[in-house]
Amino acid sequence: MNVSVAPTSVGLSQARPISIAVLAMGGQGGGVLVDWIVALAEHRGWFAQSTSVPGVAQRTGATIYYIEMIAPDASKPDRNPVLSLMPAPGKVDIVIGAELMEAGRAILRGLVSPDRTLLIGSSHRSLAMSEKTTPGDGTADASQVYEAANVAANRFIAFDMAEIADATGSVVSSVLFGALAGSGALPFATEDFETTIRAAGVGVDASLRAFAVGRERATATLKQDPKIKPTAKPPLAKRFPKLAPIGHAGYDALVTRARQLPAEAHGIVAAGLQRVVDYQDVAYGAEYLDRLEAMPHNATGLLQAFAKYLAVAMAYDDVIRVADLKTRAGRFDRVRREARAGDDQVLAITEFFHPRIEEMAGMLPRRLGERLERSQRLARLIDRGRKLRTTAPAAFLTLYCIAGLRRFRRGSLRHAREMRHLEDWAQRIRKFAAHDLALATAVCEARRLVAGYSDTHSRGESKFDKVMLASERLAGRPDAAEWVQRLIKVALKDADGAELDGALRTVETLFEGA
Amino acid sequence: MAERSFAREVEDLKLGAGQEFRGEGILAITKALLECGVSYVGGYQGAPISHLMDVLSDAQDILSDLGVHFETSASEATAAATLAASVMYPIRGAVTFKAPVGINVASDALANLSSGGVTGGALIIIGEDYGEGSSIMQERSHAFAMKSQLWLVDPRPNVASIVKAVHDSFELSEASNTPVMLEVRIRACHVHGRFATRDNVRPSFPLSRALEQPSRDTNRIVLPPASFMHEKEKIEQRWPAAVEFIHARGMNETFDGDIDDIGIIMQGGMYNGVITALREAGLADIWGETRVPLYVMNVTYPIVDREVIEFCRGKKAVLMVEEGQPEFIEQALHKVLRNADIPAKLHGKDLFPMAGEYTSQVMGAAIGAFIRRWRSDVLPDAARAPNIDRVEVDDKIRALADVVPPRPPGFCTGCPERPIFSAMKLVEKELGPHHIAADIGCHLFSILPPFNIGATTMGYGLGPASASAFNVPAAKRSISMMGDGGFWHNGLTSGVGNAVFNQHDGVIVVVDNFYSAATGGQDIPSSRADNRSRSTKHPIVEAVKGVGAKWVRQIDHTYDVSHMRDTLREALTTKEKGPKIIVASSECMLNKQRRVKPLVAAAAKRGERIVRERFGVDEDTCSGDHACIRLSGCPSLSVKPTTDPLKDNPVAAVDNTCVGCGHCGEVADAAVLCPSFYRADVVSNPTAFEARLDRIWQRMIGALQRWRAGRRVTFEQEAA
Repeated sequence: MNVSVAPTSVGLSQARPISIAVLAMGGQGGGVLVDWIVALAEHRGWFAQSTSVPGVAQRTGATIYYIEMIAPDASKPDRNPVLSLMPAPGKVDIVIGAELMEAGRAILRGLVSPDRTLLIGSSHRSLAMSEKTTPGDGTADASQVYEAANVAANRFIAFDMAEIADATGSVVSSVLFGALAGSGALPFATEDFETTIRAAGVGVDASLRAFAVGRERATATLKQDPKIKPTAKPPLAKRFPKLAPIGHAGYDALVTRARQLPAEAHGIVAAGLQRVVDYQDVAYGAEYLDRLEAMPHNATGLLQAFAKYLAVAMAYDDVIRVADLKTRAGRFDRVRREARAGDDQVLAITEFFHPRIEEMAGMLPRRLGERLERSQRLARLIDRGRKLRTTAPAAFLTLYCIAGLRRFRRGSLRHAREMRHLEDWAQRIRKFAAHDLALATAVCEARRLVAGYSDTHSRGESKFDKVMLASERLAGRPDAAEWVQRLIKVALKDADGAELDGALRTVETLFEGA
Repeated sequence: MAERSFAREVEDLKLGAGQEFRGEGILAITKALLECGVSYVGGYQGAPISHLMDVLSDAQDILSDLGVHFETSASEATAAATLAASVMYPIRGAVTFKAPVGINVASDALANLSSGGVTGGALIIIGEDYGEGSSIMQERSHAFAMKSQLWLVDPRPNVASIVKAVHDSFELSEASNTPVMLEVRIRACHVHGRFATRDNVRPSFPLSRALEQPSRDTNRIVLPPASFMHEKEKIEQRWPAAVEFIHARGMNETFDGDIDDIGIIMQGGMYNGVITALREAGLADIWGETRVPLYVMNVTYPIVDREVIEFCRGKKAVLMVEEGQPEFIEQALHKVLRNADIPAKLHGKDLFPMAGEYTSQVMGAAIGAFIRRWRSDVLPDAARAPNIDRVEVDDKIRALADVVPPRPPGFCTGCPERPIFSAMKLVEKELGPHHIAADIGCHLFSILPPFNIGATTMGYGLGPASASAFNVPAAKRSISMMGDGGFWHNGLTSGVGNAVFNQHDGVIVVVDNFYSAATGGQDIPSSRADNRSRSTKHPIVEAVKGVGAKWVRQIDHTYDVSHMRDTLREALTTKEKGPKIIVASSECMLNKQRRVKPLVAAAAKRGERIVRERFGVDEDTCSGDHACIRLSGCPSLSVKPTTDPLKDNPVAAVDNTCVGCGHCGEVADAAVLCPSFYRADVVSNPTAFEARLDRIWQRMIGALQRWRAGRRVTFEQEAA
């Protein structure tokens, strides 16, 4: 038998460079991290080569940096290494994702392999355009990146580095550099890393703080049992208030009443009740319960959905509500916090309002409002942008007084219209509930299509109305609820409603020839 | 002032003989130019050689100390024409630009230069932008070298080789009286490495001497009969001289190996990729030792036939590693080998893909296939039957394709161009869609979400020109875009002048952001900056009026979306004939932040009054419809999950990277979106009067707030 033996590569050095790929978003510090890594290697007498493909990708797009480094070979003092200028799938030792989805992108590109790759990722999200522009919730599912990372990577270190950067007054790059140090993947001491940061000379103290925290977190991760895989942070939980008395006689009476409803619904009913009472008054809360009690109690799914969307519908956003929310003390405090204004700093808040004649007339008594709404002259007078400085007396008082119109709200034109729309919807739900609970629930949930102000609101309302019409058409079919759910999903995907219209045409075909 | 400063790095340009330089490829090239005794340098910015221009600009003091003149050329054509200084005089000069787009622009000058030939060394450093991250059409510069007979140098992508190539190229140019193109690929431009430096050399023949003692020779001018003579001279004298020099100097390199019945020929730029692929196959090592013989063409045009013949003699097969298409070198090698009756089988594009970048994967696959075919016995088992990577086929990884969102480049936070397109979207809602001719520059990001605006791009500064045909009576007008960079590059004549002369009835929007922003923030004639070595502050509006435009509007604050929208609407609907030109000016935010931040920090240190502006969204009133984002796309305007059980959608939120440009608030106003946006002005070191007044106001407001809160049913979370 002829056995072929691969010749040994006698004379060839078996040394391999350490390869590092950094995936980041352009202009967000990936370059700084790469410079540090190169400086670190050179500081220790290694050869290091970094490359990047900047170009226009630097403007916020996904960017990839690549580094190879190798210790000099004492037997070849005059030879420079031949290092690669781009990463090869399956051949990268360390992959750094400066943001969670960029870590995911590295996995997708095959750069992360189970036999050798340490994956270090910051778990924070910087949302891509496609995730933000969806009218509904277009946010990508982070848990899938974790699942893939746990399959693809040899070791996976992930924690929220943006949070640490924020807390230490530094940038994600510093935390990543710390995590790289803590991972022990590079044969350099912590002091070497720190020396590198000091030598760079920019924002040294903050960088060192962030570096230290990043290093500790990575070390801690590696000390854990390798079987414990990192998991995504659970999505932010909804905070349901308790359906409990608060020491206000009127409200507490409503609580006693609401407690007669099935226990599963208490959380959402409490949220709804508080919203409408806060919006108007205790009597409005009673109205809320009246409508709720008129729904069949046997189907808690329907009841919960109705409790939620009824509250949203009753607490519609009008000028009074906006003025009320904008002038509250709690809101001023929140802005101060968000703007990071210290106690010794003066904070001025400017609102961007653009009321239209519709909104202004909506506040007025029904008859008067209907008449003024048609006035072109008035429209021209009102319809323009207004910047109001709510931290100064004039604008504050204006808004404060508008908020005070709350007690006249029930007689307003807008209220009459909202209630008519609401009753129409509630009645349809009750009608469907008699024979198709699922359809009733779907129609209930369709209410989420109505959102926003002005044009956005009208577009949402028109989508909602279309879905309502379709539901009437579909009622009686066994898949009616499924169809309505599908329509809602489609309507939430695109703003213009083209996709919804397409889906509605499909619905029409269901009845062709029937 | 450019986006990136090399003020610290340029100090390395002063290194002398026996010292070591460490840094980026771009900087190394600059150092090499100084070592070569160059008299003048020029160029036009564009990735990947923008930084070369920035380095030169930051190095002006060092350059002038050495007597080197630096020219910021108006375009690549200007840059190439600059090399005319080397036609009659023994003066070395170098220009740089992006390839192949820059060569396209420069081709007229390059062709003339190549025809007459040069006396002093003339070097054109081209940054090749092919493959991943490229922002241009995918083409090769090689064709230009062939058609004009100028030489193409493509060195191995390490700093030392690139530096050596610069030295050799000047001599090659002088030995063959031919300009030389030095091609550096995008990754090589930014490659970090080291090389041993030499002393800088002062130019031996100063430019001033040429001015004071001019000489001329009609034989060097492209006019018959000299032009016919040039054609012959190229073939009969310059080409052989070049081949002789390349061979004698050893510009191309051969690396021997023990597996000598096969071999690999490559463009110099491919060398590291080839070695890596061979290393993975166990046939080379990290120090460049190889078992397969290599012939590295650091000069890819002209080909030195005898070297190729020598390399291929006695071999069963050779592989040509040539990136891009068509495969000019491979075609030429077939002729060389056939003429010499060399039987070696030549592989190339049969194993490599004809089109696209030679990535690590592509390189590994093709070289692997070549060796398996001819010498599979030398391969280790793993390389002979490579396993399919199991990871990539895992379902969890495949599922990521639907999860990981695309992240194309876009407008920066606070970009002044964003409101221009928001306004266009609003006009579109009123008047319907228009034909919009886009152009090259940051503003081209308008073609991507969320704006989705723009139909074509035909080249830098050619936006208005590309709408020329749409000059017929119609119910709608065309809109064409152009940046200030494109405007000064050629758009003033090709776009505005052309539209005036042809009585074009369309709308031209000139985006004026005070810099050549997309290429890294270099100054241009209309820049507002004080530039100590360039003349700036030449208004675009005056230039436009100077070529005869009548309907001209200047917008000084693009962030005023309503004003922008109204101006656009007027341009699209006015009865006035002829081009309607809107110059929309606001400073590039990226550069503004770089300019202003240190000033603010210094002022804060001095305890001066400082106002910091940022925007925010009131979570309570945001209904989560994200309409604001669809009209903005600002990176700092994002969404966040909410704990409110009554809200289904994440709510809009402005993060801490907000620079307070005001766009989101303006859009909310102009598009009548919602009242959720607010601007917070945080005043540090307020004046005593201001602070006292604010205290009084806040006390008043606080009292009113408490009064109303007391009359309302309050819940726990309200207090939280």
